[in-house]
Amino acid sequence: MGLRNIELRKLEEIIFKILMIVATVIITGSLAFIIVIIIVKGLPAMKLSMITQLPKGGFYIGKEGGILNAIAGSLMVAGGATLLSIIISIPVVLYINIYRKKRSRLANLTRFSFDVLWGVPSIVYGAFGFTVMLAFGIKASLLGGIIAIGFLELPIMSRAVDEVVRMVPSELKEATYSLGATKLETSYKVIVRQTFSGIVTATLIAFGRGIGDAAAVIFTAGYSDYIPDSLSQPAATLPLAIFFQMGTPFPEVQERAYASAFILTLIILVISITSRIIAVKITKHTIK
Amino acid sequence: MESKTHINVRNLNVFYEEHQALKDITLDIPDKKITAIIGPSGCGKTTLLKSLNRLIDLTEGVKVSGSVFVDGENIFNPGVEVTHIRKKMGLLSQRPCPLPMSIFDNVAFGPRIHGIKDKKELQNIVEHYLKETSLWDDVKDRLHTSASKLSIGQQQRLCLSRCLAVEPEIILGDEPTSALDPQSSLRIENRFRVLKDNYTIVIVTHILRQAKRLADYIVLLYCGELIEHGPAQEFFENPKEKLTKEYISGVIS
Repeated sequence: MGLRNIELRKLEEIIFKILMIVATVIITGSLAFIIVIIIVKGLPAMKLSMITQLPKGGFYIGKEGGILNAIAGSLMVAGGATLLSIIISIPVVLYINIYRKKRSRLANLTRFSFDVLWGVPSIVYGAFGFTVMLAFGIKASLLGGIIAIGFLELPIMSRAVDEVVRMVPSELKEATYSLGATKLETSYKVIVRQTFSGIVTATLIAFGRGIGDAAAVIFTAGYSDYIPDSLSQPAATLPLAIFFQMGTPFPEVQERAYASAFILTLIILVISITSRIIAVKITKHTIK
Repeated sequence: MESKTHINVRNLNVFYEEHQALKDITLDIPDKKITAIIGPSGCGKTTLLKSLNRLIDLTEGVKVSGSVFVDGENIFNPGVEVTHIRKKMGLLSQRPCPLPMSIFDNVAFGPRIHGIKDKKELQNIVEHYLKETSLWDDVKDRLHTSASKLSIGQQQRLCLSRCLAVEPEIILGDEPTSALDPQSSLRIENRFRVLKDNYTIVIVTHILRQAKRLADYIVLLYCGELIEHGPAQEFFENPKEKLTKEYISGVIS
């Protein structure tokens, strides 16, 4: 009986190990698959002019030009939106964790709103942004895009920062307070420093989510063949550039759509790698 | 206040949700002596210690009644400036908890937030207080490396330096040697013996021998109640309460 039991448990162990390996392969494999697809399909269109030139006349029917407008526009929209979401989410998280007791009703209600906001589809943020813009008389513009994407990023950023701030050991707070530090000093001199790598990670997740979103910018940022030189001008974005190029009947333009997707993926990759390097350098003092 | 000591506890009750952790504690902590709060685990030792500098406020669901006077001021009064109370009292926690910054910045943190900006002055302060805990020679060549790289014993001495740098009048220690090796514990204990000439020291300890060899004044808590308190010698040699006798002889622990 004992022996059979062990055999059975061994079998169980093997089956579940295989299932876990399959799951891991699905995750890493799908990333590899996506990258391979966009490279293979986009390679013929991958020319330097794609990233150095604005679209020229007839670009969308296969003539000369590039998508510099969308690259620049996307970086501006997502950059501005990420900044906006940092400015709002960090104070919110510090407030519910440091100024209020972290399991208070207000704190839990705020966390609940993060969760609900997280689940709101991005097209709704677009529509919401559009309504607000109409009310204030703002046309589709860089500013509109920043606001809509900013709100889209907000719950992602806040939840990720909340996770790390909540994990700060209470001894660290006690040590800081016992030196006579105020809550504000404790927050930005100790808590932010202690959680810095988490904040960087949160920022990059939010940025990645923001730069890849198409639905929220359709009404709010508009589209333009030029790089906006003020907040009130419309801005092109990479997801929309991909969408427009993919929608044409011309194979060479569709190839450019894949090339654009590759550029977008590359941007996210570069940003995530550099921020990780920065985070490691800055957090050498972090208390384990 | 009729009493002239730094810290006077009057009818202090502390509740965690429904559980009463401290029951009607009234106590004067003698100045410039080492007071040890002893008693079995969960008897309210740490709660009492944390009530003295209002770190108790941070606990979820806590309710406090009664008063703690520090230099005649009831620190539980609504209008009290907490940071100012805490600046008077350094804290050493059970496990040393360096701030996420360099050794230098750890010691300079307090002085900086209290307004000292001059570099030379900060350097002097850091050197002085690191020497005070005999940590200076160990770390003088790596002041700008991370404090978390130090050994646990060194970290606790750093925490002591950091707390002294704020120039408190009172030092609170929550089982400050329990995470340390015997050698490091001894260093901290010896430091306390020197420091008590200038500071009022209150430590929580669950080690009876430590209380015996270190403390001048003993406070025994049991299930949130103050059982007996008095000068150490009298307390150990001539205990008045039955519970004290049992606790000292190890019948209850």
